[in-house]
Amino acid sequence: MKKEKHLTRNEQYNVYVEAKIPKTKNFPTLIYAFIVGGIICMIGQGISDALMAIWPSMSQEEASAWMLIVLIFLSSFLTALGVYDRIGVFAGAGSIVPITGFSNSITSPAIEFKKEGIIFGTCVKMFSVAGPVIVCGLVISFLTGLIYLFI
Amino acid sequence: MEIFLTYLKVFAIGGLICMLGQILIIKTKITSSRILVMFVCIGAVLEACGLYEPIVTFAKAGATVPITGFGRSLAKGAIQGVKEMGFLGAFAGGLTATAAGIACAVLFAFVFSLIFSSRTKKF
Amino acid sequence: MKNKIGDQTIKFTNCPRIIGNYAIVGEKEGNGTFKDYYDFILKDDLFGEKTFEHAERKIIEQAISQSIEKAKLNISDIDLLIGGDLLNQIISMSFTARYFDRPFLGVYGACSTMAESLAIGAALVNAEYVKNVVCSTGSHFSSAERQYRFPLELGNQRPPTSQWTVTGAGSSILSLSGEGHKITMATFGKVTDYGVSDVNNMGAAMAPAAMSTLISHFQDTKTTPDDYDLILTGDLGKLGSEILMDLMEHNGYKLGKNYNDCGQMIFNNNQKTFQGGSGAGCSAAVLNSFILKKMDEGVFKKVLFAATGALLSTLSSQQGDSIPGICHAVVIEKGR
Repeated sequence: MKKEKHLTRNEQYNVYVEAKIPKTKNFPTLIYAFIVGGIICMIGQGISDALMAIWPSMSQEEASAWMLIVLIFLSSFLTALGVYDRIGVFAGAGSIVPITGFSNSITSPAIEFKKEGIIFGTCVKMFSVAGPVIVCGLVISFLTGLIYLFI
Repeated sequence: MEIFLTYLKVFAIGGLICMLGQILIIKTKITSSRILVMFVCIGAVLEACGLYEPIVTFAKAGATVPITGFGRSLAKGAIQGVKEMGFLGAFAGGLTATAAGIACAVLFAFVFSLIFSSRTKKF
Repeated sequence: MKNKIGDQTIKFTNCPRIIGNYAIVGEKEGNGTFKDYYDFILKDDLFGEKTFEHAERKIIEQAISQSIEKAKLNISDIDLLIGGDLLNQIISMSFTARYFDRPFLGVYGACSTMAESLAIGAALVNAEYVKNVVCSTGSHFSSAERQYRFPLELGNQRPPTSQWTVTGAGSSILSLSGEGHKITMATFGKVTDYGVSDVNNMGAAMAPAAMSTLISHFQDTKTTPDDYDLILTGDLGKLGSEILMDLMEHNGYKLGKNYNDCGQMIFNNNQKTFQGGSGAGCSAAVLNSFILKKMDEGVFKKVLFAATGALLSTLSSQQGDSIPGICHAVVIEKGR
């Protein structure tokens, strides 16, 4: 009743606030995201090329898997040292979207919540950011398999 | 020259995917969790439609390192699983293909959490 | 009802005085605008403790015990501790209170807690139910960040409308006897919600509450903004203060040069905090350092201190609720 009375007022206020928010220069952050994201991918390519040069018997698939593992390790380590979040402030999606961002989102709550204990802190909270990725990923993967089964 | 061109493609496609993420962050104010979820889903759907594989052949790590590559592996694994095991593969395939990545992310996170503590942000 | 004026305002006839005050802040705040005014600046955000929550308790403890010392009192002279903080179940303040072994009232008004404690404390002192009261509150960037937002090491960008939770605590001792600035009036605020649900834009969520309380105060006391040397809101930040000025002008009150905001002032422009500071410790630290010291010097004679708070929880915002705001105001007059 009373809530509805304020609907138009609230709507007007939200429109006003939206217009009042200072327009920031977004263009530089796009460039930073592009450059940092590109560099991380190039590092990945470098790792996989190096692996295939060292072990010529390694297949493209295997090298790619090892490359992801190395990247995940590096990002996890940089997160633990407190460096990755500083890259993130600068790069935004440039360091969130690559697989290193996934690793960062698992390592950061694990470290953050260890003060609440290993079981209820680290283990429970580990997936507080990355959990949805795995859940949604598995759902969509199952659906893909299901659709493929029937066509 | 060949190598230079490869790395240029990796840089351009990888950077472009990240830039799309940044545009989403700016335009819709969504958090990093949602960005990751969206990109995994986009990757899986593109793979299922057969559209992601050409990007991987073109840009190599530029397409496998972004989280869309993780979605691609999930979808690819499920399709592979169905081919090999039938219906059971729809359940098992996705995780099998991404098991190494998830396991090592969890493992490293666990080990580092035992050694390091979080620090205050400075900016 | 001889001491109630208007709708929401009470008048203190005996004029409780702030006889002791202490402000302690973290390293980043210590590099900010008021670095020369704080009593103590931390060199390390953990303050020698194991967790950020423990550090928050320790800074509140230091603020309380040092303010008691500055008032030349003993802990046994204190009749009541009033305060709160931002953490769930106000653990920082109540856990700190067990070290003092004195009666304790925990209050929660989010970032408006300092004004709320001062108003309650002044009312009890004025009515002579208690003699000396400690009003204190604090917050810690890292503990607030892990409760309300993301893990510290997560590499994400803060949106341009966001504010930086202040690491700091402030404590004031109120008493009828002794020397100090007087608290002459208090206006209790109403919970005001204009439907803002963006948790990264607290200033916009709280500005309507500040407007509601300020207008009520001016109407109740029949004063205008020009009657004050300084009108100080809690932690609206740059954007929030601009919105408040627009809202006030819309209602016929012009906030001029005598208006400012703690959140806007506490950090300088090079500190990359976007809209400025926030948190319960923000207004507490600014009031107990810069404001009271400038009043000692006679720069400000009559200050309207209106701390604002956003009454949200992680649960409410996840369920898509909008953010209710609150604002309590106290009038502090030069009394030395």
